[in-house]
Amino acid sequence: MAEFTMPSLGADMDEGVLQEWLVAPGDRVGKGDAVAVVETDKAAIEVECFTSGTVGRLLVEPGTRVPVGTPLALIDTAQAPAAQAAEKPTAEARAPGARTTRTRGTGGAGAARKGRAETPAGRAAVHARVRAPKAAAVPEGLPAPEPTEKAAPPPPSAPPSPPPAPAPPSPPSAAGEPAAAVGPLVRHLADGLGVDLGSVHGSGPGGRVTRADVAQAARPAPARRRVTPYARRLARDLGVDLEGVHGTGDGGAVRAADVRAAARAAQAAPERSRPAVPVRARDGGHVPAAEAAAVSGEGARDDGRQREDAMRRAIGELMSRSKREIPHYYLSTVIDLAPAQEWMHRRNRGRPPSARLVTAALLLKAAALAAREVPQLNGHWQDGAFTPGTGVHLGVAVSLRGGGLLTPVIHDADTLTPEDLMATLKDLVRRARQGRLRGSELSGATLTVTSLGEQGVEAVFGVIHPPQVALVGFGAVVERPWAVGGLLGVHPVVTATLSGDHRATDGAIGARYLTAVDRLLHEPGDMPGSTIEERE
Amino acid sequence: MTATKTPHADPAERKTTYREALREALRDALRADDRVFLMGEDVGRYGGCFGVSLGLLEEFGPDRIRDTPLSESAFVGAGIGAALGGLRPIVEIMTVNFSLLALDQILNNAATLLHMSGGQLPVPIVIRMTTGAGRQLGAQHSHSLEGWYAHIPGLRVLAPATIADARHLLAPALADPDPVLIFEHGGLYNTSGDLPADAGPVGLGQAAVRRPGTDVSLITYGGSLPKALTAADELAGGGISAEVVDLRSLRPLDDATISDSVARTHHAVVVDEAWRSGSLSAEISARLTEHNFYDLDAPVERVCSAEVPMPYARRLEEAALPQPGTIVAAARRAVGDAPDDGRAD
Repeated sequence: MAEFTMPSLGADMDEGVLQEWLVAPGDRVGKGDAVAVVETDKAAIEVECFTSGTVGRLLVEPGTRVPVGTPLALIDTAQAPAAQAAEKPTAEARAPGARTTRTRGTGGAGAARKGRAETPAGRAAVHARVRAPKAAAVPEGLPAPEPTEKAAPPPPSAPPSPPPAPAPPSPPSAAGEPAAAVGPLVRHLADGLGVDLGSVHGSGPGGRVTRADVAQAARPAPARRRVTPYARRLARDLGVDLEGVHGTGDGGAVRAADVRAAARAAQAAPERSRPAVPVRARDGGHVPAAEAAAVSGEGARDDGRQREDAMRRAIGELMSRSKREIPHYYLSTVIDLAPAQEWMHRRNRGRPPSARLVTAALLLKAAALAAREVPQLNGHWQDGAFTPGTGVHLGVAVSLRGGGLLTPVIHDADTLTPEDLMATLKDLVRRARQGRLRGSELSGATLTVTSLGEQGVEAVFGVIHPPQVALVGFGAVVERPWAVGGLLGVHPVVTATLSGDHRATDGAIGARYLTAVDRLLHEPGDMPGSTIEERE
Repeated sequence: MTATKTPHADPAERKTTYREALREALRDALRADDRVFLMGEDVGRYGGCFGVSLGLLEEFGPDRIRDTPLSESAFVGAGIGAALGGLRPIVEIMTVNFSLLALDQILNNAATLLHMSGGQLPVPIVIRMTTGAGRQLGAQHSHSLEGWYAHIPGLRVLAPATIADARHLLAPALADPDPVLIFEHGGLYNTSGDLPADAGPVGLGQAAVRRPGTDVSLITYGGSLPKALTAADELAGGGISAEVVDLRSLRPLDDATISDSVARTHHAVVVDEAWRSGSLSAEISARLTEHNFYDLDAPVERVCSAEVPMPYARRLEEAALPQPGTIVAAARRAVGDAPDDGRAD
């Protein structure tokens, strides 16, 4: 029996809110499958499971905030049938209809998308519907999401649109139930579970009834847990979720001894399951025994605002730490992009606009390759020493339109072709702005690149993302008078900058890096992975 | 000053009984202060109904050891008058049941005069009486009504449960400007043991931890203390470390000691020979809920007397009273270590 724990999705993450379960007890899951949606201070992220097996008990209710390392679910790694899952009342509540078995063969970052494409459209729609209000709540004026493989749900902010051909609501509910506020899927689920929608308290925006509300209502009126006051206090202090604690007291009451036992069990487990995040950023020992505070569904309305605040705080803490701990040095160089653009122009010939390479992809490629050449800048400063990265994993700073910043990671960026880099970048940026990144896509960066070129500034001297030791900045590509071989011409140029951690490297190393970037951009065709024309 | 040789040469401690310790305390008080005198039914010639004042009449004479008529109201009232007049009376009432005849004097005069006189009329009286059952004296001599007195503002209520307290609680009680009631459990008089030589006056209003423990607090006083200690021994045999708290002062209650103990053990059993309804045990349980709610890992358990007039028949009386066995069972329930004890709930 393995434990699926709240992962650390970044050095600055102490706790997260389990937003939604994507699996039910009894489901088979494979390594890399997305099993839950976790909301961090920054975004809602689909979290993958790193063991294969059968989902046993779900230990944490959606909407609960728990510290990193808290067991969220038990995964039976033996081939045992999922029979025991039925003991759990929630399992019954989810009813046969909800207990679809999903097996996804592939792991890795792309799995979720593939998996989603494979799932019935209905399910995908539920996902979209459940999560869309969140996105809408973020006042970033999202452009209409790019058409994807998903069945596009009706805009969540438009409740009046009548659900297409809904099954008639269960009779007794009809009275006070504003029909428009209940989506067809929720209705279907309610019918399947025999839930009277009229009696369901809606926790969604505007009191909308969500899928979780129906599941909650279908639960056989969970008897209030008997927990002694001391056990409650102890659970809070130890960060133990009482939901998963077996009570041995009078009438099954949870007592202090039960909580301690659960805490001991939880303590033994996280060490094993920590690798839920492949390259764990240095945690700086700042994971406190945070309180497990339940977040009530009522808060959903202020969600966007709260998340923004939380993100601001998280960024503030991380950047303060960086400036407090890291002695930055800064270098800057202006790079002639004429050869690169010429090369790109040739390469894009005959391609549809959507497939054409953009300068940003080339800059990333050069940044990644240069990091391979100067490995002293690619890695982490941990416990007073530099640990080189196991690959070049580029964090890419993505500014969110409503404010705030995410740095999704392009793993092994140095090995990708510029085309793949561009595709990955596009996808990451889109999903970052939708708040739909997966856990592995937010962690493990060995070097971060920030580009403020779109905003029109010529140079950016960034703050290093601890525990990394450098940050590369690209400004806007601008046309400037440029002398080559004694001749003055107008060239596209970009200012590349490097912020370096002076503990790890000196300016000479940083200079070598920027020089390498310059050289690579002068001969883009020579960049490994850039010569696919032959294969085409 | 020459130190007179006593028959008890052991400087560390000496063997005595609860009764003798009380008598020693009385003798000390009578010697120390001319204003102190003892009165009550049969305290003189007979030596006290329970033999506490035996020999004092001979030593101090009839002015200071006074036999009174069988009228609790009269002699308690006289005592209050003497206290108002500047003396330091010690009034003995045979049992708490009979003290009800003097309840009007105690409640309406002794407890209120200081307040009603704007602080001009303190009533420095000490009233001793026997309480409790266990000696087949029948319902009218066996009840534990000290909790009723602990209800009354203006009184101090003490319950010495050990030989040392029997010896050393009287002096501070006499020194206190307020009326002090001292309850002596009838079952304790013959208790014998060592009186530590270094035991001195104890502060009023302080509970005592008679036995430290970590798993459950047995909160008790007076005649139930020995039973609780026996229960703690038995619990220790079963791996449960019980702390025994002796209230000593029933009014005021030493909240700090009680609360501190339960904050450490998280389980509480209140042992009180009185009836449970509207009782001191109820008060303690309520205070634990007020002060220690978030420390409690189990409901507060109470071990009290059966809610019947105390039976005369020996076995019935034993069955009606808290016993080490029932205390152990309650402690096990509190700690969650109860083998199915067949409780109906």
